[in-house]
Amino acid sequence: MSMTANTAAALYLVSAILFIFAIRGLSSPDTARRGNMLGIIGMALAVGVTILRLGPSLSPTTLGLIGGALVLGAIIGILLAQKAPMTSMPQLVGAFNALGGGASLLGAAAAFYAPAAFGLLGANDAIIGHSMVELSISVILGAITFTGSWIAFGKLNGNIPGGPVILPLRHVLNILLALTLIGCVLGLLFGWAPPQVLFITLIVVSLILGITLIIPIGGADMPVVISMLNSYSGWAAAALGFGLGNFALIIVGALVGASGAILSYIMCKGMNRSFISVILGGFGADDAVAGGGGSNADRPVKRGSAEDAAFIMKNASRVIIVPGYGMAVAQAQHALKEMAGKLKEEGVDVAYAIHPVAGRMPGHMNVLLAEAQVPYDEVFELDDINSQFPATDVAFVIGANDVTNPSAKNDSTSPIFGMPILDVESAQTVLFVKRSLGSGYAGIENPLFFNDNTMMLLSDAKKMVEEIVKAL
Amino acid sequence: MKKLLTLITVCALALPAVAAESAGSGISDSVFLAAVFAMACFVGYYVVWSVTPALHTPLMSVTNAISAVVVVGAIIAAAATLFSSTGDAQTTNEIWTARALGTGGVFLASINIFGGFLVTRRMLAMYKKKPKS
Repeated sequence: MSMTANTAAALYLVSAILFIFAIRGLSSPDTARRGNMLGIIGMALAVGVTILRLGPSLSPTTLGLIGGALVLGAIIGILLAQKAPMTSMPQLVGAFNALGGGASLLGAAAAFYAPAAFGLLGANDAIIGHSMVELSISVILGAITFTGSWIAFGKLNGNIPGGPVILPLRHVLNILLALTLIGCVLGLLFGWAPPQVLFITLIVVSLILGITLIIPIGGADMPVVISMLNSYSGWAAAALGFGLGNFALIIVGALVGASGAILSYIMCKGMNRSFISVILGGFGADDAVAGGGGSNADRPVKRGSAEDAAFIMKNASRVIIVPGYGMAVAQAQHALKEMAGKLKEEGVDVAYAIHPVAGRMPGHMNVLLAEAQVPYDEVFELDDINSQFPATDVAFVIGANDVTNPSAKNDSTSPIFGMPILDVESAQTVLFVKRSLGSGYAGIENPLFFNDNTMMLLSDAKKMVEEIVKAL
Repeated sequence: MKKLLTLITVCALALPAVAAESAGSGISDSVFLAAVFAMACFVGYYVVWSVTPALHTPLMSVTNAISAVVVVGAIIAAAATLFSSTGDAQTTNEIWTARALGTGGVFLASINIFGGFLVTRRMLAMYKKKPKS
């Protein structure tokens, strides 16, 4: 069976609309599961239409190869998705993103080698000009997504140092690489050199650019980076869609591109930094520089034990828990939920406050709390809960630091000045679970540690919470 | 209100398709595709802003999965054939290169599709409301 171009196009449109509903479903956890199902149906439809449309031209061998690649990919994908613990979601999303970028790259490269199969040949047996540009964009973005995402994966997974790796003259290097790419595309258009050579150069230089762009960006800026790479994989798909004249690819590309761009914007706003400054990288490089206020090394700190913390919280009427990346590292979410449960039994009102950039990817903390079966209606965003801290007895900060640092509000010399923070200092008592008195990723000391109403609980987050549970 | 907005945007998306059909070959393909792309960007903008921040991680994993719809391009490449029977050796080589690249693309995209949707499903299954007391 074979179908007409019009039928196929209409069905691709349907699949794109299903994808829109898949994202629309995420406006609430109630509708999200159905949305995901619609997305799966949309994908099955897109794949099915493509195979049916090729119909008679498919030899059994070809069908076997495609089927084999699909099945093998499915097995690996399912295994990865089943096994990965929730704490390693950022890495996993990074890795999947790399594969998506790689698929765009390979698809566009294939179209370059067999333009006739894609209907891209012009009058003189050369690829049509605008198609060549579209394919090149798809190759460039796909390749940058591919290597860039692997670098992000390596940083998140601890395979390569998480801090920024500063290459000498990196801005000059990146500009030179980008100019080479533009040169290659122009060369392909105007036939300056054998197209094969130019095309291979285009791929190789894009792959290198992916590495040099991402490696100077520190681990804590990864939420922006993986959102941005997510967005690139979308634009790469859209560019390929233009090349192939395919609705599903163009619409999906625009959706994914917009999604990644908006998430990067939200993350940058959460840090009060410009997108450009994040992308240029190098942030958090000098640990030596403390933001304003000189050294606080000798100032007294009030330390407490698990028993003290348990006593204070038991007698509170309202506790707000502020989780950060440290909670994810220590895998303390389950113990935390147990602690909240004990407190609730004592009649304490417990809520969770989440800063937009807490963790290593957008929404990271929410997923971990959901994993520990914390009901999502106990979890609040910064804007919704910040005004409640003054009426709160205890702010329990676990593994978060910079997002609570009052310097962001009152010290204009601080590197994080202007960043929106959770006002934990206005709570009656602040309990701060932290491994040491060290500064956060930005290398900034937190004056909160030295306040009279702050009690430091210096220990591993999970161990401390478990001890508090025991003491309760 | 939001439902209405979605409906309108979806209709706006379909409109150029209908227009192109009725106008015959009035506009070129590129313009038509650009119109679809522009509309889709607006739809994306509104739909993504409506996503609750608590679900931003599933948003990333599901957009990740659906961006693997590039599998469509990879399948076409994997099935590339010679259209004329008079292909010279070089053309035949190129076709085989395209098919190999396409099959590789199908493989990568397939990991992304199955892994992406499944991990999203796993995450979404965890979001629960407060039990009613």
